[in-house]
Amino acid sequence: MLAATSILKSPAFLALAVGLAVAGCAKKEKLPDNSGQLGLNNNNLGGANAPGSPGEFTTQIGDRVFFETDSSILTPTARSTLTRQAQWLLRYPNYPITIEGHADERGTREYNLALGARRAAATRDFLSSQGVPRNRIRTISFGKERPVAVCNDISCWSQNRRARTALTTPQG
Amino acid sequence: MGRDRTDFSSGKNVSVEYKIKGTLMFSLLQKIIISIISVIALTLSANAKIEFDITRGNVEPLPIAIMDFQGDKVAQDISAVIANNLRNSGLFKVTDKAAFIQKTLEVGGRPKFEDWRVLNVQALANGAVTSLGGGRLRVDFRLWDVFASNEVFPGERLEIEAKLWRRAAHIISDKIYEGLTGEKGYFDTRIVFVDESGPKNKRVKRLAIMDQDGANVRTLTRGSDLVLTPRFSPTRQEITYMSFEGGQPRVYLLQIETGQREVVGNFPGMTFSPRFSPNGQKIVMSLQQDGNANIYSMDLSSRNTTRLTSGAAIDTAPSYSPDGSRIVFESDRGGRQQLYVMNASGGQPNRISFGNGRYSTPVWSPRGDLIAFTKQTGGKFLIGVMKPDGSGERILAEGFHNEGPTWAPNGRVLMFFRETPGAQGGPRLYSIDLTGRNERRIKTPSFASDPAWSPLLD
Repeated sequence: MLAATSILKSPAFLALAVGLAVAGCAKKEKLPDNSGQLGLNNNNLGGANAPGSPGEFTTQIGDRVFFETDSSILTPTARSTLTRQAQWLLRYPNYPITIEGHADERGTREYNLALGARRAAATRDFLSSQGVPRNRIRTISFGKERPVAVCNDISCWSQNRRARTALTTPQG
Repeated sequence: MGRDRTDFSSGKNVSVEYKIKGTLMFSLLQKIIISIISVIALTLSANAKIEFDITRGNVEPLPIAIMDFQGDKVAQDISAVIANNLRNSGLFKVTDKAAFIQKTLEVGGRPKFEDWRVLNVQALANGAVTSLGGGRLRVDFRLWDVFASNEVFPGERLEIEAKLWRRAAHIISDKIYEGLTGEKGYFDTRIVFVDESGPKNKRVKRLAIMDQDGANVRTLTRGSDLVLTPRFSPTRQEITYMSFEGGQPRVYLLQIETGQREVVGNFPGMTFSPRFSPNGQKIVMSLQQDGNANIYSMDLSSRNTTRLTSGAAIDTAPSYSPDGSRIVFESDRGGRQQLYVMNASGGQPNRISFGNGRYSTPVWSPRGDLIAFTKQTGGKFLIGVMKPDGSGERILAEGFHNEGPTWAPNGRVLMFFRETPGAQGGPRLYSIDLTGRNERRIKTPSFASDPAWSPLLD
């Protein structure tokens, strides 16, 4: 995945990787879909990753969590990411969010739609338990239809089993 | 076969439970012997009919000759489409035209049977195409039993718009298939599927429709919205499918000819995995609420909805039995995907799949005797069939990723999609005989998935 190279070099990523100092899978949690557009190498406070900006949410907080095969149970890493997401979302209450649930390609189409929905629901329930109002949260499942990684091995499939918290246009 | 649950991984040389009655051309010698043996056999041979099982292991395809129909170029084209259909069925060996001794035959004439017997051709078709003006064609055709020296059925005539000449060829192919096997054909049918283009992480998906043989492809949606799992109405030129239009994934109904669309029902969540009831009056589908998917049916005239399953599980991929009395579906209520059968009105389902692996996307055969499914085991995705009580499981196709079977209307042939791995990989359509033999790729303009076979056209 080309995007991974640029992110791995970014100061933001290094800071997070050191800060988390957890298992290798934590690295993959920091790979945003749209890293190229967000100018990840620009970590200035006034830039795309300014406090309260979508860039900050994506790169500093982490906009996605990952799941085991055929599971919608939140891992300890996922819960830690979602706790940070909830804190950020409570600090910046103007963003409605959409949680996108996804599955890897190693399942059948209909089941994966439901599995993605289950992952989105588990993510929403956790954010809600942390105080994010449910009426701020919309969920949608894409099943196996929108992979971010397209190689053919376990490392890619594990990146695709995800729930992404997408900020939508701020209100007010 | 009993209640054997073993996987037959090859799918070959395995007997299928039911037999297909057919007409086989007797050889002259066979007829003489039989006529000596018994009066009953004599009666049979007078009709030139015997029972022969074309589903057993190594069936020799029946040698057939398709003479070029008389007329201008479209007559040859019709003959070529007929020959292609019969060849692709795997049940016929179409004799090379270059070997023909008798080169022409008037549609009103009789073949020189001895010229065909020396080629060991058992069935012979000929015909003629006449332009009627006003953009219409008349097609006359005849089917001969070479060794019995008579017609399999009286010559037939059909009149059709000239631009529908391929349909004429498919209709005649079905007549020939039925005349020789005793089974309804499946050539005058269409396939609705999802046309896929663009890179794997940004796939554009469009509904598309084509003839059963891959001809006449046209797209039905523009590609701006993700669309999945189209299914044919058994009674009308309608498709039900799932679309992400407006960011709200829901089940839709589409009129094929007019392009008119509507949302099916007003459900408080994602609806998906739709399929028609056998009489076309209902759509059965899954409704997602929180982490659970349950199965609902909706009556298309009254718009009444009925909840058919409940509980904290993913219940999806419902498919009616052909008599409409039962529904097979997949559920992970037992921990992982397995197949269950329940009454069409709901109630306690019975689990029918017990093999090693995950079972999904069940589809009831139009004959009612089998259920086709996708099975995941050992890192592979297989296509198989089992009886509705779960016995007699057989695997027809296996590999990295095979998914989503659909039945030809005669319950004899299945189509499914096979996905190749990796960033450049994608799905393509394949058909396979119920015996697991005669696997063929259906050529499509680009990647293609989620095929659904239409009923025989009217």
